[in-house]
Amino acid sequence: MTAAPIHLAGHRLLLDPLGAVVWPGEHLVAVADLHLEKGTAAARRGQLVPPWDTAHTLDRLARLLHAWRPRTVVALGDTFHDTHGPTRMSPHDAARLRAMADQVRFVWVSGNHDPVATHGLPGLATLEWTHHGLTFRHEARFGAEAELCGHHHPKAAVPTRAGRVSRPCFVTDAHRVMLPAMGAFTGGLDVTHPAIARLFPRGGRAFLLGQGRLFSFPLSVLARGAAA
Amino acid sequence: MGTLPEPFAAWFTRRGWALRSFQAAMLDAARANDSALLIAPTGGGKTLAGFLPTLIDLATHPMEGLHTLYVSPLKALATDIARNLTAPIDDMALPISIETRTGDTPANRRKRQKEAPPNILLTTPESLALLLSHDTADDLFRTLRAVVIDEVHALAGTKRGDQLALCLARLTKLAPQARRAGLSATVAHTQALLDYVGTGTPPRLIEQPQGTPPTLSILLPEARLPWSGHMGLNAASAVLDRIAAHQMTIVFVNTRAQGELMFQAIWKINADTLPIAIHHGSLDIGQRRKVEAAMADGKLRAVIATSSLDLGIDWGGVDQVIQVGAPKGVSRLIQRVGRANHRMDEASTALLVPANRFELLECEAAIEGVAAGDQDGAAPPPGGLDVLAQHLLLMAAAHPFHPDAMFEEVRRAAPYAAITRQDFDDVLGFVEDGGYALAAYDRYRKLFRDSEDHVQVANARVARQARMNIGTIVEAPLLKVRYGGRGGSLGEIEESFVSMMSPGDTFMFAGRLLSYQRLRETTVEVTDGGTGQPMVPAYAGSRYPLTTSLATRVRAMLHDPATWSHYPEPVRDWLELQRRRSELPGEDDLLVEVFPRNGRWYTVAYCFEGRNAHQTLGMLLTRRMERAGVNPLGFVATDYVIAVWSAEEPQDIPALFEQDMLGDDLEAWMAESSMLRRTFRNVAVIAGLIDRNQPGAERSRRQVTVNTDLVYDVLRRHQPDHVLLRATRADASGGLTDLGRLAAMLGRVAGKVRAVRLDRVSPLAVPVLLDIGRETIRTEGGEDAMLAETEALVAEATGDAPTSTRPMYVHAVHRSNLAILQRKPRTAGEAQAQAPARARSARARSRAPSRRA
Repeated sequence: MTAAPIHLAGHRLLLDPLGAVVWPGEHLVAVADLHLEKGTAAARRGQLVPPWDTAHTLDRLARLLHAWRPRTVVALGDTFHDTHGPTRMSPHDAARLRAMADQVRFVWVSGNHDPVATHGLPGLATLEWTHHGLTFRHEARFGAEAELCGHHHPKAAVPTRAGRVSRPCFVTDAHRVMLPAMGAFTGGLDVTHPAIARLFPRGGRAFLLGQGRLFSFPLSVLARGAAA
Repeated sequence: MGTLPEPFAAWFTRRGWALRSFQAAMLDAARANDSALLIAPTGGGKTLAGFLPTLIDLATHPMEGLHTLYVSPLKALATDIARNLTAPIDDMALPISIETRTGDTPANRRKRQKEAPPNILLTTPESLALLLSHDTADDLFRTLRAVVIDEVHALAGTKRGDQLALCLARLTKLAPQARRAGLSATVAHTQALLDYVGTGTPPRLIEQPQGTPPTLSILLPEARLPWSGHMGLNAASAVLDRIAAHQMTIVFVNTRAQGELMFQAIWKINADTLPIAIHHGSLDIGQRRKVEAAMADGKLRAVIATSSLDLGIDWGGVDQVIQVGAPKGVSRLIQRVGRANHRMDEASTALLVPANRFELLECEAAIEGVAAGDQDGAAPPPGGLDVLAQHLLLMAAAHPFHPDAMFEEVRRAAPYAAITRQDFDDVLGFVEDGGYALAAYDRYRKLFRDSEDHVQVANARVARQARMNIGTIVEAPLLKVRYGGRGGSLGEIEESFVSMMSPGDTFMFAGRLLSYQRLRETTVEVTDGGTGQPMVPAYAGSRYPLTTSLATRVRAMLHDPATWSHYPEPVRDWLELQRRRSELPGEDDLLVEVFPRNGRWYTVAYCFEGRNAHQTLGMLLTRRMERAGVNPLGFVATDYVIAVWSAEEPQDIPALFEQDMLGDDLEAWMAESSMLRRTFRNVAVIAGLIDRNQPGAERSRRQVTVNTDLVYDVLRRHQPDHVLLRATRADASGGLTDLGRLAAMLGRVAGKVRAVRLDRVSPLAVPVLLDIGRETIRTEGGEDAMLAETEALVAEATGDAPTSTRPMYVHAVHRSNLAILQRKPRTAGEAQAQAPARARSARARSRAPSRRA
């Protein structure tokens, strides 16, 4: 596992290939868009996708907690896929998440899928959270100075010799880090989509998630994602 | 023998026709109310043989309601046959109503068809499935007397065929009195087709032997026959000469990309501007219909076509068929050749144009095979469990059913005759509540069981959703191509191809050189013209592998120098040289050559089992060589051979090819291959795990769709024996990987692996070495290697400091490919002469980042 170092507003951060931002100086880990219980949400609509997505996502979270031993975990919104998500959680998954929240301080930033914190878990529930000049919010604000955000589920496609390879990714410039979605069933929006591209008017870099490492490309060379 | 009653006898006489023996035999079968399978060459009254009993019955016993259901794989065929039947019905003033019902039928006509069904309904498997999913099906089909199934050979063994078989089984319940009449071309597996048509009761077999055998010959390009390549473009002028010498020619090619290139090549030299058109499955439907109509009117001298013209309407005017590129199978060749001269008493003439030296051998083998009356092609595999899942949900939408009774019904469908109760129950369990080991979805179940165990849909929404998802064809994401402004549609190309292009890039499509302008929603806007090396869209899964029977013949020909005398001189010399420098592949052994070249060791095995089997073998061999410490660097597979190159000299060659490689290695490779993910995506859509993309709904759906790759990962980890994963593996081992052939080959050559060590490349190995660099293999690890390689190239090209100073990671297998990539591109002229389209567009792609930066 090799994390990539970047700097944001003078702070040194690490991008973890699992899709989390680590702030070593503050013993802090930030994750975005867990979308817990997306499986049961799909099942309600008649798509009986496998029910283990929450367990899968919690596994990733547990690996991060184990690897970095943070004191604070910031969840950048859309932690649950919808406001009824918490009530659909299996008792086992619920107990596991509860144990994590008892162990470290969680900051639950609210997202568009879960505008109000209904999960009743310990920690701070907030619309956005600022710490030493860095602002953690769900959806990026155009022109923000030092911000970590999620919401768009960025992914990028790279034209390689073997055809196009598409992966979830971080998007960064001097003012912002946009995190990929961590949820097991969450798809993505291509970084060339105007919704993402307009937030990085002077270009930036995408860091694609690989097995144990990241792959970095300037936004300018990435393939259009068409109707991703 | 059956005779014709009036007014049919008089009608036949007026047209100067006589009742053919197979038509009489079909009449006999119908009078006894027996089902029948008619195997006959295309044309010559085959369709009429299927309908004659119906027309006679209805003429003598007019009735209200549905009498005969006709099912064909092509919408166009249904429409065309409706037109053709109207002639006798009008001529004889018969009291018979006839209508089509396909996806294009407007809602008001559908409604009317339900209230007042026609006597004869012409439809497709999908539309039939939809009809059967309503409780009104009972009434509609109660009066049914006959089902005519056209092009049975093209349906059996496919997922659409599985769906139709299940629908036929349902009809045996709704209309037990109805007989079935299957119409088919000649195939290798007659029994399988009999079972298919029989649906539980053996039918009569009525065979009309092939007419005069076709006259087949080989047409060589004026220039020398190339070592390698599959496009056959240097034969363009020879092909054009033959077109000019005939009235109407179909030029068959093997892929759409080849079709586009051949069309361009011919038009470049078509000084007399002979009317020559192009026809393939990605072209706009309206364009295709125009081409077909122009052929029917005799306005065209030639059409360049892919398998899109293998089936369908008869054109009397076609007097020549040219197959460019290897035919890949004898049965396929016969069917294609049969598109010319639809009169049984005259021989069809056809020309085979090999694109390289191996293909010349293959063409010779195919001609021998046709003369010997060979039939080939794989036997239909067992029915797909994903198709069964779709069917069970649709049946539950129509009526509550008891699982025991449904199991019996399903087993009447030939593809499911051997399904186990366990598999059936697992599929039903999947439809019911997902079938997961974790009982998480009890409250979201789609099916309910009553106290007597009858199964029915949980609510109307489930039924509606099921009907929206009908069908077994899952397209790759496609984008429409149209001229900017308000031009008409030209057809569709795959999204992944579009994402490789920048505005101004040139590509070949629909027989034109187009310049890419921009992407707007799901439409690609283009203008005419453009400069620079054009790209050609490639489509997934468009290549057929060499059949076993052709492979056997090619092996035998190579082994027997006595047969070489009539080959062209360069080919003779080539084989002669091989005999002196190395050895010839034997008839039932496996020749493996090992030789050094440019500091690497090449291992070339002459398996002749087709590209798919060789791809699989390549993955397994490299794994095994890695363990043996030989350090494999890459491999390439063709229809004929597999070549692996390594850093060290491989030692124990027979051990490399031992049969046990199909065990754990295969499991491990299959699980991580991207091919399996792609297969899973199709299975998941067909089985109804996720909804089919509805056109126009793309935008809103992005929020709610669940990515199937992610579902695959989660499911594989938590329930590796889930019924959908089983269905996925069964699909993959049947087609894309050809595991059966690989296993048979490894068994056949056990103890007969002949390793030959040479000091340099052998003549037979040259073609495959020329293919190196064109093939790529995708796995998760492989994708990472590709990303790493591209990352390094981009960083270098843009002058960026790499984000990390750690040494670049490149997987061993791709290290050598990287060297090839970084080599200077050849000049455009060379590239045109040698590289196939795919390689060229791949090079264009890899250059794209630096060019844009």
